[in-house]
Amino acid sequence: ASPVARDSSFPSSGEMAALKEEVEEKKKLIATLRNKPWRMKRRLTLLKEAQDFVEKFEGALGKGKGRKLFAFKVMMAKKLIKLKRDFENFKTACIPWEGKIKDVESHFGSSVASYFIFLRWMYGLNMVLLGLMFGLVVVPEVLMGLPYGSIPRKTVPREEQATAMDYSTLTDFEGYFKYSILFYGYYNNERQIGLLKFRLPLSYLLVGVGIFGYSLMVVIRTMARNANEGGDGGDEGDFTFSWKMFTSWDYLIGNPETADNKYASITTSFKESIVDEQMNQKDENIHLRRFLRVLANVLILCSLGGSGYLIYYVVKRSQVFANMNKDDLTWMEKNEVEFVMSLLGLVCPPLFEAIAELEDYHPRIALKWQLGRIFALFLGNLYTFLFALFDEVNAKLESEKDIKNATILALNEYAANYSSYYNTTNVPPQNVHPADVIRGPCWETAVGKEFVKLTVSDIQVTYLTILVGDFLRAVIVRFLNYCWCWDLEAGFPSYGEFDISGNVLGLIFNQGMIWMGAFYAPGLVGLNILRLLSSMYYQTWAVMCTNVPHERVFKASGSNNFYMGLLLLVLFLSLLPVVYTIMTLSPSFDCGPFSGQEKMYDVVMETIDQDLPAFIGNIFVYATNPGLIMPAVLLMVLALYYLNAVSKGYQQANIDLKKKMQMAREEEKNRRNNKDSTNQVMKDLEDLLPNKSLIPPPAEEDRSPKVKPGAAGKGVHLQRDVSLAAPNPRDPVTRDPGPRRGPPENARGPQPGQD
Amino acid sequence: MGTTASQLGKDLLSEYQELTFLTKQEILLAHKRFTELLTKDEKDLPNTRVPAERILTLPELKSNPFRKRICHVFSTSEQKDGSLTFEDFLDLLSAFSDSATLEIKSHYAFRIFDFDDDGTLDCGDLEKLVNCLTGETDETRLTTEEMRQLINNILEESDIDKDGTVNLSEFQHVISRSPDFVSSFKIVL
Repeated sequence: ASPVARDSSFPSSGEMAALKEEVEEKKKLIATLRNKPWRMKRRLTLLKEAQDFVEKFEGALGKGKGRKLFAFKVMMAKKLIKLKRDFENFKTACIPWEGKIKDVESHFGSSVASYFIFLRWMYGLNMVLLGLMFGLVVVPEVLMGLPYGSIPRKTVPREEQATAMDYSTLTDFEGYFKYSILFYGYYNNERQIGLLKFRLPLSYLLVGVGIFGYSLMVVIRTMARNANEGGDGGDEGDFTFSWKMFTSWDYLIGNPETADNKYASITTSFKESIVDEQMNQKDENIHLRRFLRVLANVLILCSLGGSGYLIYYVVKRSQVFANMNKDDLTWMEKNEVEFVMSLLGLVCPPLFEAIAELEDYHPRIALKWQLGRIFALFLGNLYTFLFALFDEVNAKLESEKDIKNATILALNEYAANYSSYYNTTNVPPQNVHPADVIRGPCWETAVGKEFVKLTVSDIQVTYLTILVGDFLRAVIVRFLNYCWCWDLEAGFPSYGEFDISGNVLGLIFNQGMIWMGAFYAPGLVGLNILRLLSSMYYQTWAVMCTNVPHERVFKASGSNNFYMGLLLLVLFLSLLPVVYTIMTLSPSFDCGPFSGQEKMYDVVMETIDQDLPAFIGNIFVYATNPGLIMPAVLLMVLALYYLNAVSKGYQQANIDLKKKMQMAREEEKNRRNNKDSTNQVMKDLEDLLPNKSLIPPPAEEDRSPKVKPGAAGKGVHLQRDVSLAAPNPRDPVTRDPGPRRGPPENARGPQPGQD
Repeated sequence: MGTTASQLGKDLLSEYQELTFLTKQEILLAHKRFTELLTKDEKDLPNTRVPAERILTLPELKSNPFRKRICHVFSTSEQKDGSLTFEDFLDLLSAFSDSATLEIKSHYAFRIFDFDDDGTLDCGDLEKLVNCLTGETDETRLTTEEMRQLINNILEESDIDKDGTVNLSEFQHVISRSPDFVSSFKIVL
């Protein structure tokens, strides 16, 4: 209905309001036009109509007072919309590697591409972490802190200076690398540095904790977004066949070979599921199967335990080596720990797969078990490594105490000698070159060094595996095929397939190591960025060049949140050691930004005491009072319980609605066929009623609910969306409301002719 | 609104941006790819209609088992021959784009799967659908027994009112719970 057109006369306030509403409606229509499944021509005409209307009458609305302001506001709104749209376009254009990923997608399908999308997401996350770490910690220290060589912690000790530039020292992250911004030990503990009075120790601590906070926020936000898009995942098993039918084809596939593979895999999965559904589990010899499964689990537990012990042993040995002379050790002995860990990560997963043959599970379940076991392996290895490291840290703390005592003793001695020699009490400070000062064993730097070495060896092993396992294999298969007895390409070994789950798990654990190590080695984040960048290019090249599409396509369905969930778990697990060390271990006395403090978090207390107004300190004291924390925890538990109950209530309501829908359709179908109600409840009720007044007479109108008048108009008949509630009848009310007609009658929408 | 093949007017571009889920770059890329399909004399005519055979040479559509249905659904020609104008092409890309809503995608998916265009998915439609998905050769097709079993299972799952067909709302109900639909129902130039 178009409003009454008034050209020159001033519209009354009532008409103004109606006009304003019309304008708002048209604006909403413009915004939602793209959501309507109409033809472009129709949308274009509607858009023009709506836009003309809005322009014409928006001007009219502005007549009178404040017209100029109104026109200005309208213009600004338009410009804002245009700006937003341009910004959206710019943002999409800025997303890196979109072309590469699309290439991979069209060749290998969306599940392989999902790994690269995950890689890109990780890259984004690490960029932010890099920005935080570098911008707030490294750059201030470099620009405003003391330069290299000015204080002991920033200088290579005299004994090491001869070998400080050697390649072997550098690859071991000793020498100049150890006393650089890469590691914790370099940073000075001055409370405020430079002109800006930048509080570096405080910033270091806050950034260290902030990295975890930011990562947590981003991971949870992504999980929530995935959960929204993918449904609640609760009904996963309900529509297996329909989903296979309607959603199994990947429309991004543009390569005929991939398409053929996809056809084959879809056919196989259809046949499999049909057989699955039909087959009654003939449990022949269930006892044998159970025994085999228990045996398999025992074997795997043994191997997990074995690998854990191996790592512990190797770390202990490395501590012994660390005390020996560096030149006596071979390369193998120096890098034993990293080598063993990477080797385990390489050898154990195929071992687990081989053992899992005993179990005879359905492939999907077997995959879940495999992923779980690999996860347990990595976790076990990492934590064993941490425990072994922890012993080392304690040992260093002990030796630090001794050195500290020795230094104090030496200082006292010097003071005593000086005063006795020169007979004064005013002792000038010792004039020692920074390189000659006695150093404590900086345990934080040692820990950081271990993580950096681990990451580097992980990178090396991954790249080497791809080179040998994929590239060399492909070259051999391709060129040796000409002179080999059997067809290498079709039989063994043939080209490799891209191992999605292995790569994703590797990425997740790499990130876990970065999170753990970033507090002790700020440069680790930068190293990781380089790794992710090179990984993207290297792996896209390797995949396109040496891999073939999977024979059996495992959908990335629901796995998105599975991997995010793993990432979240790894985040928590890497948070624990760092927080523990911050809270309980005392920092080294001569290196790092917290040197001289009792505990690392003392910087925060210091800042609160000295720099912030007094009442904030009081607030903190009250907030950390157990009497306040306990009720807060209790409140959170209660909130969790309440939300859980609400969610259960919603699920129940869902089920009820579904049942209602089913019942309604059944009723209608029965009424259509003039049959009695098949629903037992209704039947009982009807039998009790005197004249069956609940059943309305069959409708006389034309029963062609499938024709939607005039909508598509292209020879396609669509059924209007069915709703349970009776829609608003648009004709005037001329008769009294009849007997309760119930929802099913009007469920098909207003009859033709009423629109 | 005619679009000559050489240039896409600025007003038209902004209108298309308003009406579709595509960004400006995507619309311009679509325009470029569309004009590549035109012959020399067709390039000067406004609102040219490209026959289905040429559309199907696009690599993004070439390997798709539903390519003919897609052309048919998005075509606005009276002869129902599957030919597309540029605006139809934009409609296609918009429905298949990354930012299209679930409702639009499921609506069009329903129309594509509805082989006989009667507004519901009945046994005949489902059978043709399965045959499309399992490829062309006889050895990859399902036997009649397997087909019957499969269609029974599907109807059991999705046909809520038990009328033997899957209508649009039942289809949308099933699709909305699927985690992969939105990500697999995508075509990007």
